[in-house]
Amino acid sequence: MTTVEEAPAVPMGFGRMTRKEDARFVRGRGNYVDDIVLPGMLHGAVLRASLPHARITRIDTSAAEAHPKVRAVITGSMLEDLNLAWMPSLSHDVVPVLATDKVRFQGQEVAFVVADDRYAARDALELIEVDYEPLPPVIDARQAMAPGASVIRDDIDGKTDNHIFDWEAGDRASTDAAFAAAEVVVAQDMVYPRVHPAPMETCGAVADMDKVSGKLTMWSTTQAPHAHRTLYALVAGLPEHKIRVVSPDIGGGFGNKVGIYPGYVLAIVGSIVTGKPVKWMEDRSENLMSTSFARDYHMHGEIAATADGRITALRVKVLADHGAFNNTAQPTKFPAGFFHIFTGSYDLQAAHCEVSGVYTNKAPGGVAYACSFRVTEAVYLVERMVDCLADELGMDPAELRMRNLLRPEQFPYTCKTGWVYDSGDYPRALRLALDIAGYEELRREQAERRQRGELMGIGLSFFTETVGAGPRKHMDILGLGMADGAEVRVHPTGKAVVRLSVQTQGQGHETTFAQIVAEQLGISPQDIDVVHGDTDNTPFGLGTYGSRSTPVSGAAVAVAAQRVRDKARIVASAMLEVAPEDLEWEKGRWFVRGDPSVGATIGEIAMAAHGSLELPEGVEGHLDAECVYDPPNLTYPFGAYICVVDVDPGTGQVKVRRFVAVDDCGPRINPMIVEGQVHGGLADGVGMALMEVMAFDTEGNHLGGSFMDYLVPTSLECPMFELGETVTPSPHHPLGLKGVGESATVGSPPAVVNAVLDAIGVRHADMPFTPAQVWRSMQGRPLRTDLAVE
Amino acid sequence: MQVAMTVNGRPVHGEIEPRMLLVHFVRDQLGLTGTHWGCDTSNCGTCVLWMDGEPVKSCTVLAAMAHGHEIRTVEDLERDGELDPVQQGFVEQHGLQCGFCTPGMMMTARWLLDHNPHPSEAEIREAISGQICRCTGYANIVRAIQWAAEHPRVEPETVPEAFAAAGQAPERSGEEVGVR
Repeated sequence: MTTVEEAPAVPMGFGRMTRKEDARFVRGRGNYVDDIVLPGMLHGAVLRASLPHARITRIDTSAAEAHPKVRAVITGSMLEDLNLAWMPSLSHDVVPVLATDKVRFQGQEVAFVVADDRYAARDALELIEVDYEPLPPVIDARQAMAPGASVIRDDIDGKTDNHIFDWEAGDRASTDAAFAAAEVVVAQDMVYPRVHPAPMETCGAVADMDKVSGKLTMWSTTQAPHAHRTLYALVAGLPEHKIRVVSPDIGGGFGNKVGIYPGYVLAIVGSIVTGKPVKWMEDRSENLMSTSFARDYHMHGEIAATADGRITALRVKVLADHGAFNNTAQPTKFPAGFFHIFTGSYDLQAAHCEVSGVYTNKAPGGVAYACSFRVTEAVYLVERMVDCLADELGMDPAELRMRNLLRPEQFPYTCKTGWVYDSGDYPRALRLALDIAGYEELRREQAERRQRGELMGIGLSFFTETVGAGPRKHMDILGLGMADGAEVRVHPTGKAVVRLSVQTQGQGHETTFAQIVAEQLGISPQDIDVVHGDTDNTPFGLGTYGSRSTPVSGAAVAVAAQRVRDKARIVASAMLEVAPEDLEWEKGRWFVRGDPSVGATIGEIAMAAHGSLELPEGVEGHLDAECVYDPPNLTYPFGAYICVVDVDPGTGQVKVRRFVAVDDCGPRINPMIVEGQVHGGLADGVGMALMEVMAFDTEGNHLGGSFMDYLVPTSLECPMFELGETVTPSPHHPLGLKGVGESATVGSPPAVVNAVLDAIGVRHADMPFTPAQVWRSMQGRPLRTDLAVE
Repeated sequence: MQVAMTVNGRPVHGEIEPRMLLVHFVRDQLGLTGTHWGCDTSNCGTCVLWMDGEPVKSCTVLAAMAHGHEIRTVEDLERDGELDPVQQGFVEQHGLQCGFCTPGMMMTARWLLDHNPHPSEAEIREAISGQICRCTGYANIVRAIQWAAEHPRVEPETVPEAFAAAGQAPERSGEEVGVR
């Protein structure tokens, strides 16, 4: 039996390897949307609303049209004539492409200019005159349903208030009964403020409508190219086969690039009107002020427990600020996303939640920034409530968690709101995190420092994620089922190509998906090309968000590769003149059972499959396979995080000293990439807990419209992270894999917040813990962070 | 107006509007799209390149201000088909994910190591603190720069001034230090 020694740098399958895509990125040879230049390309720019709520009484574009470099000026009334002024949202609402009647948030799209260059397009925006009749804005979500509040959505027939939906999950009666019988009940209001993904690359597109063929090619910053193509067909009435959506290199997504923005549609309209390719790239302020935000959940939590710390029930009421249009990306049956996984990682008797959505004069969106469809809010709620309970009981928060975590023998576990957790060993993960952190020693150090007047805090969180949306029987987005396709083809010489429906924004798909195929077929990842991000060249699927690429598309690739292997067995049986059942597989080769020296490598089989070998009855030539994978369930990665902070008692400045993260996402395709994703999510948590917030003043002015105001963490705020892992495979994924992309973003904010509050000895105050908020909280008068009011 | 400057060792010139930003001149007129644009307010650092041997944020420099000066971009890091240790470090230590901040980070890292070949972790963090990465949490960027410090290019001629001098010193046997 021959074996091939592999260079350790490139594993034949799973394992650490450097990324294939890095070769172009480190040379400055990435190809992002703004790098695309087409002959005759024009540039678009968007005029945006200066007011959050106002009726448009007049738009005069004549001066802009007279600008010598301007090719077209497009307004809402022009789009109305084309029936393109409004487009469907992701939540069965509508979103204006350009405002017609009113503007409903500061930064809303009002007009679009197409000009010879980007500077001229911006100049021409200044030449457009818009007369507004200001209307009272609705900025505070808590006032949205107040009597006399402005009705934002008077475009909806019969609409007399700002109500969007009421939704509930769990069992109210049993929850109320558990609370009535509880020995201890703790209630707490908390805000998860509006934050923004702020990928380093803003959103943009290059639209090229070929008038001769009638084919639209659309390069755009999209995490979901196939879904976008279908929606363009539905919105614009373009035939779907005449639309090609290309998602080139994407400079970070984090959910920000899931939806269709008016700018994309306007680039298309601009290209149709001018007959030229049109590029539109938003600037940073446009990105922060108008594109998909995250969170903005006002939550009231109640937790019930026995006096000795056994949690019995959870009850939650949420007021969800969805902005001026309900454009939340969510699997259709769940208007509040997956928030009803708020029971988290604990063994409860009962739980119930109610979520109400309201309109406000703010940008639409709601689900972005690595949130797994609102699992982030759910985990924050439960992990804060557990700490509040620990405070009430005078118990150590680690001990309280350990006492209440689900036990391994309870899996698969059906939680009180109906989710079926696939697998887990939670106590093991928490114990490992406590060991890595040296928890007992940290508590001793904390006590010593407190004696000296120093403020040191230790914060824990334990999270259960639910990712890999999702089973077709349970979820869809706008009627599109959430299954994903994949194709694997082995070329005659034994090299391969795999085509994906999902789209990397930095997750390293060109490496990890090659590794999945390598693991199945024994072809080196270096010999496998990964094709993605082009609807003309890849199978249909819903794209990359909600940590779904590995659970759904990764499964599709694994199954397709297994089908290739099965077909290779039949071809090998013809080559070796033995029955398929008499062949055994070792990675990269079928051989005759009992005689390992007689066999055929996958490369030899591929050549034979493309050659003149007589194949068994019913077997077509070539060596390829497809799969459309409909996941039977979501996957449930989990983890335990511990954050250690030091707080300056004089200034309220928080320094994150240590951050320990134990993640369990099942087996890891490429540990290096998993660790990188965890690092990024931990930094997100530092950012949201300490600095990031999109606040508004009472007039509706956005107070976070640039990186001078919307602060994101730098190298100075982030520590060297300390990671650990446990491995609990998913029982239903073909390779046991779970998604991990958002785990750390979900799990880290409560760990940081719990640490800060532990340091200053305050039960609760709201994020972000800027020095001002810490200091105010220490004085017993924390700020309301989402609104600039006293 | 006309501007002329040296970019990656080559003389270039162009007809520009006086208000044109250096980042747009480099990207749109020279086609050097490795330098990115991310914020307009000098906060994000995706546009960092070198002017006269010093990292600058090219979204806040007018192309006119670069007239007569030496510009160096990410495209000039690789020499004779060999990656700069900083580039190799970013690959080895997974210092990048989406790749958008990477060119600016690497230009700052190269400058740091030219002036401080053995920086501490704190010095590395300080050096890149004016640049934002949303993917990595910075840990592996720090490790990438540490890797580069531990694997300096074996090149006897390399002294701190060499890179700044590279563009204007073709007589120094350009094959070694210049890109032609």
